[in-house]
Amino acid sequence: MKSNSVSATRHSRTTHLALVFVGVCALVFASAPLWAGANILRLLTDFFLYLSLACLWNFLVGYAGLVSIGQQAFVGLGAYGLFTLSRYTGLNPLVSVLIASVVVAALSIPFAALLFRLKGAYFAISSWVLAEVLRLTAQFIPQIGGSSGMSLPIEAARALGAQPAVRFTTIYLAAFIALLMILSGIYFTLQSRTGLALTAIRDNELAARSNGVNANRTKLIVYVLTAFGTAATGGLIFLQRLRVTPDSAFSISDWTALVIFMVVIGGVGTFEGPIIGAVLFFLLRGTLADFGPFYMISLGAVAILIMIYNPRGLWGHVRDRWHLQLLPLNFRILSKQDS
Amino acid sequence: MVWLNTVIQGTMLGGLYAMFAIGLSLIFGVMKLVNIAHGDLIVLSAYLALVITQTMGVDPFVSLLIVVPIIATVGYLLQRGLFNRTLGDDLLPPILVSFGLSIIIQNGVLVAFSGDDRRLQAGPLEVASLRIGDTVAIGLLPLLQFVIAVAVIVVLHLLIRRTKTGRGLRAVSDDQAMAQVMGFNNRHMYGVAMALSLGITAVAGVLIAIRGNFDPSAGPARLIYGFEAVIIGGVGNIWGTLLGGIVLGVVQAIGGAIDPRFQILAGHLVFLLVLALRPSGLFGVKA
Repeated sequence: MKSNSVSATRHSRTTHLALVFVGVCALVFASAPLWAGANILRLLTDFFLYLSLACLWNFLVGYAGLVSIGQQAFVGLGAYGLFTLSRYTGLNPLVSVLIASVVVAALSIPFAALLFRLKGAYFAISSWVLAEVLRLTAQFIPQIGGSSGMSLPIEAARALGAQPAVRFTTIYLAAFIALLMILSGIYFTLQSRTGLALTAIRDNELAARSNGVNANRTKLIVYVLTAFGTAATGGLIFLQRLRVTPDSAFSISDWTALVIFMVVIGGVGTFEGPIIGAVLFFLLRGTLADFGPFYMISLGAVAILIMIYNPRGLWGHVRDRWHLQLLPLNFRILSKQDS
Repeated sequence: MVWLNTVIQGTMLGGLYAMFAIGLSLIFGVMKLVNIAHGDLIVLSAYLALVITQTMGVDPFVSLLIVVPIIATVGYLLQRGLFNRTLGDDLLPPILVSFGLSIIIQNGVLVAFSGDDRRLQAGPLEVASLRIGDTVAIGLLPLLQFVIAVAVIVVLHLLIRRTKTGRGLRAVSDDQAMAQVMGFNNRHMYGVAMALSLGITAVAGVLIAIRGNFDPSAGPARLIYGFEAVIIGGVGNIWGTLLGGIVLGVVQAIGGAIDPRFQILAGHLVFLLVLALRPSGLFGVKA
């Protein structure tokens, strides 16, 4: 048939292979409690939680253009939500994490009403101020331990497993399931109507608005979803630590700076970028983290170089160079003869 | 009368915040750049003054003669070498580059000077005060700092309104392409704006280091106070920014008088309140 008709598809052989690879990884990680020791489980738990934060930050910044340096606000709220519910209600901690995340997502709507009044870098700094307000406020409330913080009640920890090993496995599986839900949540949002609206806004906000895209509402959806996921991740991070203080829960360097570096190095605004960044970060962490301040200095320098010479990061570079795309997110045009 | 003292103290402190803020709003006005490392560069100036006062045995006020030119030059070079490459339609690179710079400076200072609290010593001036009546006393040092702050802002205002450089800055700020057609070198003008911005904040950075302790992690708070003063006063209004700084300083002083832990939080809350009720700022022109 000699028709010149063309079609658009998101799939290619690479995306099929990548999906198989994702499936294999999921099986390997899901079965990890059967084959991995406690140390590996803890490392993987850390990895999953950081990866979740990185993907969420990228979703907010890379896709919705809401450059926040205050995501520690939601980590901290999720953590405090878990500890407060555990102390005062005796619910299972995983249920508490879920309830806390819903509450934080609801809280993020008035936050957005306030912060969306400022644009660009001013939004960034005010998101940071908001996180500082929460940190300073937590220091004031004696019911949640003031500036010395609070510990998870023993009964709450026991609810996850009587032995520490069982507890680690439970938290590991919870972190893994949370990551899967966050990744698929972002993935399906990007494929949905909201995802199309985001692409339109990113390419030209004015044109998108004049074509009937409600830019503020679209950004609000992303902001609230990100708040929900970040709070859940924050709850799980501190469930593993068993203790929370205002300074550790609302820490910009732990929950935002490192996350920014991962995403920027991997590739901001690409789905795969934060994953690559987080993998690299965890591979290097064992060897480089001992250098303390020098480690942070070199991360900062690498991030600056990437932003100047290659703003789409490692993955953006690979993708543009070889026209690769692992996940079926962007449409590509095929003529019928090709397929 | 205790309250009058508190308000006066806050006003004096607010002058310094206004200087942080003027530096921020100057570069935002000229090239729409927000420098996240602003606060860390303020702290860097304080460490520079510390080295100079210790090695040369001079007074912190004298050290300004060396600190300000150095930091202004650093600003010019940073703008030409780094920030000029990030300017464009994408708002991400300038924010993330200055964020990276902020982390580098914080950790660099930590390596060089350790995390200990430092302070600049200004001798007998620190405790001298001016008595007005029986109950009101104004510290000579805060008063001097406030006068310097207002003087610096007046000089900046005159520089922007009356000189050729100021005309260039205004031209570049109004219309980049047209300014270039008229023979201004935009990249150079951006460098000049950053040099002025950091020169002014270096003065404030050294002055505030005589008044209270600083450590490598003090930068972000300085950035936030400057930013809050800009928003409270209203973006793009030099006198509004001065008043915004004073409002912030007074609110912090009153908060601190109620409960020392409440000082910083009170300032943040007033900032959020202004954002909620009057996003164009208290003294800004309504958009």
